[in-house]
Amino acid sequence: MGETGRVREGLRTYLMIAGMWVRSTMAYRASFVMTTFGSFATTFFDFVGILLMFSRVDALGGWSLPEVAFLYGVSGTAFGLADLVIGSMERLGRRVRDGTLDTLLVRPAPVLAQVAADQFALRRLGRVTQGLLVLGWSLSRLDVDWTALKLLLMPVMLVSGCGIFCAVFVAGAAFQFLAQDASEVQNAFTYGGGALLQYPPTVFAKELVRGVTFVLPLAFVNWLPATYVLGRPYPLGLPRWVAFASPLVAVGCCALAGLAWRAGLRSYRSTGS
Amino acid sequence: MADGDFIVLERVEKVFDVRRKTGFLKRERRQVRAVDSISFTVARGEMVGYIGPNGAGKSTTIKMLTGILTPSAGRLRVAGIDPSSERRRLAHRIGVVFGQRTTLWWDLPLIDSYRLAHRMYRIPDARYRENLDRCVELLELGELLEVPVRQLSLGQRMRGDIAAALLHDPEVLYLDEPTIGLDVVSKAKVRGFLRELNSERGTTVLLTTHDLQDIEQLCSRVMVIDHGRLMYDGPLAGLHEAGESERTLVVDLERELPPVRVPSARVVRVEGPRQWLAFPAGQSAAPLVAHLAAEYPLVDLSVREPDIEAVIAKMYAERAVS
Repeated sequence: MGETGRVREGLRTYLMIAGMWVRSTMAYRASFVMTTFGSFATTFFDFVGILLMFSRVDALGGWSLPEVAFLYGVSGTAFGLADLVIGSMERLGRRVRDGTLDTLLVRPAPVLAQVAADQFALRRLGRVTQGLLVLGWSLSRLDVDWTALKLLLMPVMLVSGCGIFCAVFVAGAAFQFLAQDASEVQNAFTYGGGALLQYPPTVFAKELVRGVTFVLPLAFVNWLPATYVLGRPYPLGLPRWVAFASPLVAVGCCALAGLAWRAGLRSYRSTGS
Repeated sequence: MADGDFIVLERVEKVFDVRRKTGFLKRERRQVRAVDSISFTVARGEMVGYIGPNGAGKSTTIKMLTGILTPSAGRLRVAGIDPSSERRRLAHRIGVVFGQRTTLWWDLPLIDSYRLAHRMYRIPDARYRENLDRCVELLELGELLEVPVRQLSLGQRMRGDIAAALLHDPEVLYLDEPTIGLDVVSKAKVRGFLRELNSERGTTVLLTTHDLQDIEQLCSRVMVIDHGRLMYDGPLAGLHEAGESERTLVVDLERELPPVRVPSARVVRVEGPRQWLAFPAGQSAAPLVAHLAAEYPLVDLSVREPDIEAVIAKMYAERAVS
């Protein structure tokens, strides 16, 4: 099977299993409505925190409220999409521990797709909606000099950001093959990373910004493309075109995460739990 | 591939690295041989019981046969396929039932799990209908198809799981403890179905169990594994001989008496008016009971079958001595 056949097979499996989970949650309709609203409300109050901060100060690290809201909206939407698509991968460690991963391994379908679709929950749309609302509000307040490139960068940024977060989720899950109780470590990178990106890079130490740019390249989710759209300098003084590298970075991260996943699964199959 | 070599294991080994904390940062690495150079073949259409105490290596063997785990050494083939390198191709040809882990969708009606299998295994429509109808009839699932799985009893769920594993016409069915926790009626239904599946369709069946009756009623051949080694491979009757296993006759007398005397049985325990007599498993209990009834004031009695654990423990002890 070629690489495209593999991807198609993975997508097919993913959609089948995600569909089953959607139907499972619809067995409890009221609970679905309440948890969706809950997810929206939790993330909404998250943003209220930032609003409260701006009631005391006029700028954060030199960034105005609409600018910070822009960062927040992009990171929130990208993270929300990744969380919606494969957010349940953090449960892999539990599946390894209780042995239910084995039931997935005897099916004629890619394991990654099965694990990614595990516990698929539409209620996670709550987070995406909130991210988009904040992004929309910021755009209505910002005075951006729109060019074709900047407009193009908007969807590219969201999709690449989602890809980068997905890679972090997959890599974290791969790590859980080795350390089955590492889901908290994974959360530190996924949720922690998402929270970090909600603030301007200028409020953090240079070392941290370097780490987030060159080591775990979360800066490509919003910091770098956003500085281009908003016409601000990036703290590390990188060339302007780097803002457009996000798709490449996303593809690279996904490829690395894929390799990590394969290595993790191979190690599981040779050592067991 | 000849039909006699449907499943082939040649000196298959599985070694696990076990790391144990011995100090703050110190860790001790130890190798555990879960499966230690096992060789056997299973012919197409055979029904084999694979038994042994917990931790003997049963599950590890099944996991290697299904492609979940990669062997550390040796050669392994199922239907001519190397399970670990062609896991997904093999998946179309095997069915697996894990007794304690359902693969059914908890919150959805039973039929939904079957529809998913239909699509995931790409079963041709006519084939799917035919197999489903057959399973529904023989496993009595008709009333249950629209019931959410969470509302099924353990026995109903097990029957549902077995059907799910058979919709794609597997040539071999692995069952890990298929009757564990089931009541007598459910056990009988499951066993009846497996017998029928094996004789009508010629499906090869490999099952692990703790229940000797499963083996007695289903399997012409039994393999015993302990400490990762194959201890015995042959008919069940031979196992009793090899292990010199004994059945126990529990008798309740009218009153406390000194240990009873009967030929070919010995009293192993006395507790008030109740006495335990051990006699060879191959021997009928009838003459023993007749003798007791004639000589002693008998109130009640029951026969206890030897459990696998005891048989194997005994067999193992004898090997160690000889």
